[in-house]
Amino acid sequence: MFYILIIVIILSISNLMRLKDYFFIILLIFFVSSQATASEINVYSARKEALIKPLLSKFSDETNIKINLVTGKADALLKRLETEGQNSPADLFITVDAGRLYRATEKGVLRKISSKTLNRYIEPKYRDPDGYWYGLSLRSRVIVLSKRIKENERFSNILVDGRPAMSYRQMARPEWKGQICIRSSGNIYNQSLVASMIARLGVKPTEKWAKDFVGNFARAPHGGDRDQIKAVAAGLCNLAVVNHYYLAKMLTSKDRDQAMAANQVFLVFPNQETNGAHVNISGAGITRFAPHPDNALRLLEYLVSEVAQSWYAKVNHEYPVRSGVGDLTDELANWGPFAIDDLDLSELGRLNSTALMLMDRVGWQ
Amino acid sequence: MAIRQTQKWSLVSIFIAMLFAIPVITIFVHLFYPQTDIWQHLTNTVLGTYVSNSIILVIGVSIGTFLLGVPSAWFCTMYNFPGRKIFAWALLLPLAIPAYIIAYTYSGLMDYSGPVQSNLRQWFEWNVGDYWFPSIHNIYGAIIFLSLVLYPYVYLLSRAAFLEQSPSLIEASRSLGANAFKNFFRVGITMGRPAIIGGIALAVMETLADYGTVQYFGVSTFTTGIFRTWFGFGDSNAAAHLAAMLMVTVFVFFILERWSRKKARYTDKARGRRGLLREKLGKKTSFLVFCLCFFTVFFGFILPAGQLLYWSFLTAGSMVDKDFFVITANTLLLAGITSVITLLLALIMVYGKRLSQSFLSEIVLRIVSIGYVLPGTVIAIGILIPFAWLDNHLNQIMVTSFDSNVGLLLSGSIFILIFSYCARFLAVSIYTIDASIEKISMNIDNAARSLGRSSASVLMKIHAPLMRSSLLTALLVVFVEVMKELPATLILRPFNFNTLAVRAYELASDERLADSSTAAIMIVVAGIIPVIILSQNISKRFDQNEQKT
Repeated sequence: MFYILIIVIILSISNLMRLKDYFFIILLIFFVSSQATASEINVYSARKEALIKPLLSKFSDETNIKINLVTGKADALLKRLETEGQNSPADLFITVDAGRLYRATEKGVLRKISSKTLNRYIEPKYRDPDGYWYGLSLRSRVIVLSKRIKENERFSNILVDGRPAMSYRQMARPEWKGQICIRSSGNIYNQSLVASMIARLGVKPTEKWAKDFVGNFARAPHGGDRDQIKAVAAGLCNLAVVNHYYLAKMLTSKDRDQAMAANQVFLVFPNQETNGAHVNISGAGITRFAPHPDNALRLLEYLVSEVAQSWYAKVNHEYPVRSGVGDLTDELANWGPFAIDDLDLSELGRLNSTALMLMDRVGWQ
Repeated sequence: MAIRQTQKWSLVSIFIAMLFAIPVITIFVHLFYPQTDIWQHLTNTVLGTYVSNSIILVIGVSIGTFLLGVPSAWFCTMYNFPGRKIFAWALLLPLAIPAYIIAYTYSGLMDYSGPVQSNLRQWFEWNVGDYWFPSIHNIYGAIIFLSLVLYPYVYLLSRAAFLEQSPSLIEASRSLGANAFKNFFRVGITMGRPAIIGGIALAVMETLADYGTVQYFGVSTFTTGIFRTWFGFGDSNAAAHLAAMLMVTVFVFFILERWSRKKARYTDKARGRRGLLREKLGKKTSFLVFCLCFFTVFFGFILPAGQLLYWSFLTAGSMVDKDFFVITANTLLLAGITSVITLLLALIMVYGKRLSQSFLSEIVLRIVSIGYVLPGTVIAIGILIPFAWLDNHLNQIMVTSFDSNVGLLLSGSIFILIFSYCARFLAVSIYTIDASIEKISMNIDNAARSLGRSSASVLMKIHAPLMRSSLLTALLVVFVEVMKELPATLILRPFNFNTLAVRAYELASDERLADSSTAAIMIVVAGIIPVIILSQNISKRFDQNEQKT
């Protein structure tokens, strides 16, 4: 397709074509491009290519179904899906935040499906009650603390039964003044965390919490999650809030600096004494106008198979959404099981803009 | 006869401009939509910060790119000093590095856990907190790094202008006893103004459109605001409203600048018959100029490229696969095609404007260029909306009259991708060519036309050779820009189609800097080759002139 276009351009530059030839070739291009074969699936994925393509290839090899992939930012893909409307070629929309799945459902670009396999392996709290979307893997927003504070007397304050324990709310206390590193409020994981707190506590108390929390920042928020871990390792702050897999990936990094930095911190799953740590999902839904819905469903079911589920863990240190999948990485095994907040994840989407406004008001950059 | 030809040119030029102004118009229309609660919230809380940060950024980058770009261009063109031949092209190299990549790279180098600070701590046995170290993650850091990768625009355009300028003025100035610096201020800046302004305008627009760098550095600008409003609040109307405001402001600003030099003529009466004899600089001046050029290249290119190279040594084994070569080929072809198309379109438009000399064609040209201040994502959406609409209607027609479901013909194909690149980068070609064509006296056109030449043949036989270095410049810059382009590619690309920039970005945004370096270094390498070839070409022509005299 691409190469036909190049030939056309070369021909036209060299003046070999007449007007009617152009017309003919354009028709040809359209014809070629619109040839939809029955055994294929078109995927729009906000999961990065490196973190999804190997799995899709595996599925292709096993089933002989060709998979066409576009990756991009979740919101942009969603907008593309929306503007393309009923002629959109997309079958499956994969993304990495429950809020986005909620938004996709709201915009009416997903379709309801019911599948025994999906319902059997995915717990109800990780899928849409109406069956518009299904979670595929879990990521927790955790607290990372500097190992240095173990020598500090304050450390005893956070010990419960001899083990460090903290809640998200605790981070707003004055003893953490100037010691917290976190990325900006533009980051969706932070927005979802605040949305989950709003769902639990209500807007007013969350706003008060956020105000104190922002007051405890060691620096203006910037950089990614790994940068926050590095900052803790370097002693710029003592506490950072990050997605758990970034720490795991740093620990196993080939880059010595990263591995060293990661070794100077330890992880605490928050809210273990109360309602459990905040988790988010990566998930997928079949599009409303999917040209190949049956294949798409087959792929979706494959994505919760045991093989696929353990792949997420191995490649990206994410927790499988299907329980009883062995083969977690060493890092995940070391951290052990933890209590998970059982908040309905579509709440994250519903409260997203409320959370963002709140963060604007308290000056969380 | 002549009049009809002129009309034809300006009609074609206006038609092309309107076509590529589609995204700008789509966004502009949003100014007239009613406002939502989100808008109220924005004006109450964050809008002020967006505006002030954007203004500081623009002023900073203007000054930065001017200081790095103009003096070096002047001295490399007009004088001889040690290393001149190398600097003449090496100063262009930072153009090949995407801004967000340089931001990531310097963060890796300068962060608390990076090699610079770690070594300092080791050498002096300091602990964290014992010493003061400037943070680069703020607006000043953003200004510095954006200037470092954007000054080549200013350098390129002003160098092309200096090269095309007849030597008589500077010789007159020299004969009046002006030294190198006085010459620079009196002749260089004055005569080069359209080109310098054009270069800075490009750098400023690129700055305003930048998302990756400012977002990573935690600086809230208009652009981050647009994204936040759109993605965070899910309010595309308010987001488009912000984008439209940005566009209109910049538009008014450029019209004012244009108007302020309306009377001035930058045409060159005695142009191009012979080259300039480069004067040798004194020892002290030579040293100063050498340092300026060296450190610019060192910080803009050698250091970040070195870091990327080091990372890619660590990771290339796992990152180079069969796909990698396909991706590289895709990227090069896409960049090649787009740069040629863009050059031709811009040439037609600029020439159409010159022939008609009408206010309308001037305005239309500015409108199509203004797309450059919009973040690529916004441009992409501005294109996607009308194209998807068109496609859906086309499909409807095909289904009802031929009973064949063709799906989306234009969107979701390579066509829309190239279209969006053109819409986004036409500004680059237009500014470059426009700055250059202004220096050709209308007398030349008139003489040729009175001798019976058609307007097309004047363009091809007279203007094109005179503007050769500027045309090459336009071609080269668009080529490199397309290779680096990310946001529009991300949204609009067809299935299974990847570019180097996408690959580098995906890995970098997953905070896998080391893994992303191989793709990034490939962009840089592929960008260097055209930079060197074209730069050699420009100076070779100049040197030939020199020998003839």
